[in-house]
Amino acid sequence: MFLYSLTLSRASGIQSAVYGNFSAPKAQEVVVSRGKILELLRPNENGKMQTVVATEVFGCIRSMAAVRLTGSILDHLVVGSDSGRIILLKFNKDKNVWVKVHQETFGRSGCRRIVPGQYIAVDPKGRACMIGAVEKQKFVYVLNRDAAANLTISSPLEAHKSHHITFSICGMDCGFDNPIFAAIELDYSEADQDPTGEAASMAQKHLTFYEMDLGLNNVLRKWTEPIDNGANLLVAVPGGADGPGGVLVCAENFIIYKNQDHEEVRAVIPRRSDLPGDRGVLIVSYATHKKKAYSFFLVQSEYGDIYKVTLAYEGEAVTELKIKYFDTIPPCTSIAVLKTGFLFAASEYGNHALYQFVGTGEDDEDVESSSAALVQTEEGFQPVFFEPRPLKNLLLIDEMASLMPITDMKVANLLNEEIPQIYALCGHGPRASLSVLRPGLAVTELAVSPLPGAPTAVWTVRRNATDEFDAFIVVSFANATLVFSIGEEVKETNESGFLGTVPTLHTQLLADNSMLQATFFDLSEPQVYPGGLRHIKPDRRINEWKVPGRRNIKAAASNEKQVAIALQGGEVTVFELEVGTGLLVEAEKRDLGEDVSCLEIPPVPEGLVRSSFLAVGTYDQTVRVLSLDPGQGLKNLSMQALNSVPESILMLYNTGPGTERATEGGLFLHVGLQNGILIRSEVDRISGQLTDSRTRFLGTKPPKLFAAAVRGNRCMLALSSRPWLGYNDQGRFNLSPLSYEALDYASGFASDQCPEGFVAVVKSTLRILAVENVGDAFNTQACRLRYTPRRLLIHPETKLLMIAESDNAAIPLAEREDLQAKLAALAEEEGAPVQGVEFNDELAALEEQFGAPKGQPGQWAGCLRLVDPATLSTVFVTEVDNNEAIVSMALVDLVLPAGPGFGGTEKLLVVGCAKGLRYMPTDCEAAYIRVYRLADGGKRLELVHKTIVDGGVPGALCGFKGRLLAGVGPTLRLYDMGKKKLLRKCEYNRLPHQIMNITVQGPRIYVGDAQESVHMMRYKKADNAFYIFADDIAPRYLTTILPLDYDTLAAGDKFGNFVVLRLPREASQQVEDDPTGGKMAAASGRLNGAPHKLEEVVKFHVGDTITSLQRAEMQAGGQEVLLYSTVMGAIGVLYPFTNREDVDFFGHLEMHLRQEHPPLCGRDHLSFRSAYFPVRSCVDGDLCGQYASIPAKKQQMIAEAMDRTPGEMLKKLEDIRNKIL
Amino acid sequence: MATLSDRLNINSQIEHLQAKYVGTGHADFTKFEWALNIHRDSYASYVGHHNMVAYFGVVENESIGRVKYEFLQRMLLPCGLPPKAQEQSEDEEDK
Repeated sequence: MFLYSLTLSRASGIQSAVYGNFSAPKAQEVVVSRGKILELLRPNENGKMQTVVATEVFGCIRSMAAVRLTGSILDHLVVGSDSGRIILLKFNKDKNVWVKVHQETFGRSGCRRIVPGQYIAVDPKGRACMIGAVEKQKFVYVLNRDAAANLTISSPLEAHKSHHITFSICGMDCGFDNPIFAAIELDYSEADQDPTGEAASMAQKHLTFYEMDLGLNNVLRKWTEPIDNGANLLVAVPGGADGPGGVLVCAENFIIYKNQDHEEVRAVIPRRSDLPGDRGVLIVSYATHKKKAYSFFLVQSEYGDIYKVTLAYEGEAVTELKIKYFDTIPPCTSIAVLKTGFLFAASEYGNHALYQFVGTGEDDEDVESSSAALVQTEEGFQPVFFEPRPLKNLLLIDEMASLMPITDMKVANLLNEEIPQIYALCGHGPRASLSVLRPGLAVTELAVSPLPGAPTAVWTVRRNATDEFDAFIVVSFANATLVFSIGEEVKETNESGFLGTVPTLHTQLLADNSMLQATFFDLSEPQVYPGGLRHIKPDRRINEWKVPGRRNIKAAASNEKQVAIALQGGEVTVFELEVGTGLLVEAEKRDLGEDVSCLEIPPVPEGLVRSSFLAVGTYDQTVRVLSLDPGQGLKNLSMQALNSVPESILMLYNTGPGTERATEGGLFLHVGLQNGILIRSEVDRISGQLTDSRTRFLGTKPPKLFAAAVRGNRCMLALSSRPWLGYNDQGRFNLSPLSYEALDYASGFASDQCPEGFVAVVKSTLRILAVENVGDAFNTQACRLRYTPRRLLIHPETKLLMIAESDNAAIPLAEREDLQAKLAALAEEEGAPVQGVEFNDELAALEEQFGAPKGQPGQWAGCLRLVDPATLSTVFVTEVDNNEAIVSMALVDLVLPAGPGFGGTEKLLVVGCAKGLRYMPTDCEAAYIRVYRLADGGKRLELVHKTIVDGGVPGALCGFKGRLLAGVGPTLRLYDMGKKKLLRKCEYNRLPHQIMNITVQGPRIYVGDAQESVHMMRYKKADNAFYIFADDIAPRYLTTILPLDYDTLAAGDKFGNFVVLRLPREASQQVEDDPTGGKMAAASGRLNGAPHKLEEVVKFHVGDTITSLQRAEMQAGGQEVLLYSTVMGAIGVLYPFTNREDVDFFGHLEMHLRQEHPPLCGRDHLSFRSAYFPVRSCVDGDLCGQYASIPAKKQQMIAEAMDRTPGEMLKKLEDIRNKIL
Repeated sequence: MATLSDRLNINSQIEHLQAKYVGTGHADFTKFEWALNIHRDSYASYVGHHNMVAYFGVVENESIGRVKYEFLQRMLLPCGLPPKAQEQSEDEEDK
């Protein structure tokens, strides 16, 4: 078994975000780290955040900071990762890539305790930066510039302190004095030695200033002072000429201003009035807005409340610290203030958002706490309370979708679509959702209007060549043409000059703002008007050119200066727009001797007079490229034989940034064939030769190709039995299906409301459509949930989705007094009871904004839900009472006890619950297994009975031969269904820690442990006993297991490892053949383990906690692949190679790329993929995919080393991608 | 002044390692000390891997920022109070 790992949808959660100007001065940009992906975001004119470039770094990014050298106009990015190196990156705007400026090794790799990279702080003047570890180590690097103004970096200076845990560091603003770094540190050395616990309770956090002496080139511990023991975060205060300097120490419940030789100024953080008294308020993210005259800080608490912090000062003395409630948004990992008045909020879980500032937060009504008003009582400082309210100072502009965290996922085709849908449980608390993902781009319908009759074609025409938006929509019918003008509304018009009484074949706006209409006649209709060209001048004068000899036009194509038509019989005529006269003049003419099916002229390249190529598809199954250069007489430049008649042709320039060829732009010829295949070939821009053809099957209808705009570039819309969009994304040509019904004809469309859309005809309707989130692999539909979803099941017969939700430290709905009143009021209004917050948009929006109120740890809320996948609506929901957490769920066929009303087998829902569950260590007051019956045809759940189980948390459930297998703590138990409760039949209590998964195949039971990997077990009926016959050799903290065949299992663990385990064939045989079933062998296990050991067939480090594994065919008639979901919201696939050549090819490509294109953040690729277990039998497709984005020279070099051309290499990469999705 | 041979001798090498890499063991390492290191290493690793903090955060229904802070805080005393030196020697005698 050999796998190819590919990320289908990259992680959508954000680990941290940094604001800066990376590509251009004043460019408002945010760099975000998505764990192992570095992504540059920029808002466009409409305030939508767009990805400029996303780079997989094959490492774990832990911290980032922007650094700007004095006098520089651009920022560099410093990255702290698990590579044991400090990385300085610069953004190259022309190539659209991050360039590594410096990579300095300082120690071991990995996210270890004493390996710096956890914290990064930068001197505001860009002279030095500090990179720190969780414990002990801190390095200071001096940044400077050389004669050529390049950034230079010094050797590291140590600022280590043993036995000190660092909580936060920051670079203080002290103008042009020596750079100072502040750190919150905690010394644990004495606590380790003192058994009385006195030292531990006396342990004191210190604020320490490290001064980097630029003259002496050393680092000094300049000043250290005890601070509040709840301190967790430092924020630098503008200094030098801009403010008093010093730092804000954010601590639990307080913000304290500190500086050397300055008295501390302390203010309490206002707290929500509904917060339990024993809970603190912790600041988790902050943003500084720094301007000469006016600077303030926005800090966000763990509950999502944003406060505005301002300092009043005289000279360098701070007189007052004020904390004012600003607004509430969901908690963020980072917030960033953009200079243009926006706030970027990178949410911890769920969608990220961009807000606009609409208020300054100066409103007197809002609660404010001040250092001046600090009241000290006997119980400590008096708190200040406030009530969170809807947004006042911020206005939501845009949301960036995030699936983080995906807690469970199932792939199934419940709706009888072409390919299965992915059902993912995402999000957390009130922002949780069930998301349905379908491969392809989401399409928004902007308008649908009926038309008289069925149109044959549609075009859009601008009024002026320089116009931004289209002016007319031209719709052609079998015998007429209708023209609509686009304005406030779309209405029919006669002022365009188009002839309405004939069908139209083609339209074009020419360079001198005149319009062209190519008309033809339908043979079945009585001929009223001969075919020809109508050239409509801007003043509506019309020049006509009629087809000679009563022949018909078969095809027409044009760009803004050239027009080509093909007549019956194969005569091709080319016209050119004459510059002086503005007339269309016949330029070339040629009889091809074969009927033409389609024509295409690419747009005139910038700076040239004409396009030099004409592509012609003919009925003898060929496509030719003819020369349009004057005097060539439409000479054949190249010809390609096809296996079917070409239906449509489109030529596109490859204009994506980031490619080496961007300056000249490769020209590509796309041909849609009648058998549904799309061929893409590269056209040599000098000789017109066709090379490097790739084919792809698009659907059962012949693909019709149209040009449309995506992100300002011309791209391709291909209409087959489903529509596709072909576009350039980060240097790679992507062909993605649109999630929309089949379109008959389409054309690009641009208007005020819809700058990049298209107009299409479907049967007898005209539709205006737009594609959103171009670049996403999946489009998402979501259904809101109440609590954090934990488990997802699909009922095989009713096809309903069953979801278990539960939240720790949450208040169940029934006890939410605030909500109950609102729900009751709503119910009265609507005349029907409202079951929960998620059913009302308004209430849910508030709940999402504020978060659910906090309960006590060990207090649980949960519910079970049935969702109809077709409508994505809740069919049934029931709360779980008695403070129980749902920890497992399974649909099990159980043999019912005999008796009246019983008997037979029934599919029942079994739910494992733990009352008052607590973690670290895992413990619960009581545990139950609930059995539910599906009533009303599966639309309702009915509790049959509830059985108390002892011995731990029932972490896994599974059916086994009409009985129930339950993993309760470390015990595997077999239960029979009884009338009043489940009946315990057998148990095995020597499993290591906590059973997480159970799956059954025939007589074998695969048990996954929370820490000790998989155990293969059997049940011996005669002895009524379980025994282990095989186990794993490595400890794995399993999260999910998936059987692949009788002997093979795939598994994912918490630390992000994927593994395929297999029972060796001899062992498997032996177990099957053994009359005792291996029981005797089990008794003689090795070193307390099982007699047989599982082999690791595939090992791979994904780098993100795997939460579920599924197998599915993601293509109609395609091959089965393994899909996984992760906590950070990524969905990836592992594709089994089918032949040895591919294994060799990709294995070698991976090897070359490791050499020639090492990861951006300095982590060695091989060691990253082997972070926990050495990588085995798995090729990293994400690394291979980077081949497309490396410089052409290196591409060439690698290709030569592998005896291929770069074109062939790229084709291979594209092929394998197309095989997967 | 230490001679070259001294500097290269095994003890000074181990001492150097122990000084440089926190958690390096020695002959008299107790179970408690060992557990301390394991726990501190684990917490540091969780804090460094964003997916792990997020995982704990979802389970405990806490903010990621809070989970990170709690983990760092727990590094002070990850396995409870150290055992008394006397008890330890008594234990050994018992054995």
